[in-house]
Amino acid sequence: MSQGFSIPRFQLPALLAALGSRLPQWPHSLALATGLNAAAKFGLLPDDSLALLEGRSFLVEVLDAGGQAHFTYRDGLFRPLWKAPEAPDLSFSANLSAFLQLLARQEDPDTLFFNRELSIVGDTELGLVIKNMLDAVELPQLPSLPAFRP
Amino acid sequence: MSRLHVPELICPAGSLPALKAAVDHGADAVYLGYRDDTNARNFAGLNFDRKAMLDGIAYAQSRQRKVLMAINTFAQPGRVADWQRAVDGAADLGVDAVILADVGLLDYASRRHPELRLHLSVQGSATSYEAVNFAHREFAVRRAVLPRVLTLAQVETVIRNTPVEIEVFGFGSLCVMNEGRCWLSSYATGESPNTVGACSPAKYVKWEKSPGEMSTRLNGILIDRFGDAEPAGYPTLCKGRFEVNGDTYYALEEPTSLNVLEVLPEIAAIGVAAIKVEGRQRSPAYVAQVTRTLRAALDELARNPDRFHVKPAWQSELARVSEGSQVTLGAYNRPWR
Repeated sequence: MSQGFSIPRFQLPALLAALGSRLPQWPHSLALATGLNAAAKFGLLPDDSLALLEGRSFLVEVLDAGGQAHFTYRDGLFRPLWKAPEAPDLSFSANLSAFLQLLARQEDPDTLFFNRELSIVGDTELGLVIKNMLDAVELPQLPSLPAFRP
Repeated sequence: MSRLHVPELICPAGSLPALKAAVDHGADAVYLGYRDDTNARNFAGLNFDRKAMLDGIAYAQSRQRKVLMAINTFAQPGRVADWQRAVDGAADLGVDAVILADVGLLDYASRRHPELRLHLSVQGSATSYEAVNFAHREFAVRRAVLPRVLTLAQVETVIRNTPVEIEVFGFGSLCVMNEGRCWLSSYATGESPNTVGACSPAKYVKWEKSPGEMSTRLNGILIDRFGDAEPAGYPTLCKGRFEVNGDTYYALEEPTSLNVLEVLPEIAAIGVAAIKVEGRQRSPAYVAQVTRTLRAALDELARNPDRFHVKPAWQSELARVSEGSQVTLGAYNRPWR
């Protein structure tokens, strides 16, 4: 939970979505898969939850940026999918500000869902596993350097 | 006005970060459960394994906050020992109290662990002082959580006629509130909070998007359809819109959240021992937002009991996280008896 800084609710201009969706989509997928693998490697993601993701396909769609990340989890690694599956097992779609608020633990996914700022389509239980897995991650504390002290 | 007793603030923890958020933002106690069907929030990936449980209890108790363990489902045929082991485990872990609903389990806990503090869960469905006093006489229950169906006057009647501490809900999603006796989820899916520890389990839920609308289905049953700008609720039968005699509407209950800020002075004045926040299924962000807001309100009440007023900022923070974005006083101020 950020104390001093908070991410406002915003929407990127429609032009950007039109532009963004014409760009290649694999960099998003690769970046996301790399980040998730780093979290798994540091033991932040529990094994019993990861096991439930095996072989399933995911789509994270940033609506106002026009970006899509397709990936899967196979043999212990998150992997980008070069070819988008027709119907992923689970899709999350939201605007960039909602995803940033989720990542910063500033908003609760249920809140965004009730307010129709986040949509979840596909295997609902799989979505719940992922949500609860990410909620249980203990975020590293800021280093206690003099510069960070109030 | 004599010195007001401000109720304790009891906050939900579905994960270790949520527990820390509750403690850091001013909860007097947190409640949590095991990762199995002994608790009524048995959702995939939620709750505490043994290590997280140990860490969480140490985190809270080292800061002089209490940990209450919810073992609030009903022991299933042939598996009574699983629920008894859960109680034994809670006693070993040194939690400050266990929250139980099952009469058989209350009996076991009171005999096997006479030193363990027992709370009667809302799932125990005790709505009268006779029921609360029965639990006190038979099992030495020290606190009872009242179902969300009573008016404030009825809560006061219970408090005046029992030595048991009374806890009421202060904030969170509402359902039909037939706690411990609701079979709507079982009707649709064959599974319910009482049996598997989850209402409308996620594996039965489907959100279907089509242009301009979203449909919710629970085990194939159409629960509701939302326009793109319409707020959504949890996918339970009690919150669905159904066609009844030619009209389509929320036939049982609208998606809505309870919020007692406006009646906080009355709740304190009648002697409520604690108020509870619903939502172990919610994220650490929600726990932090709600705990912080209710802590501020309770502190303001302690400072200024005669001139307490609800700040708009509290209401807007709570409205933001509410299911259906509605806040009501629930049954507390309803005229019916």
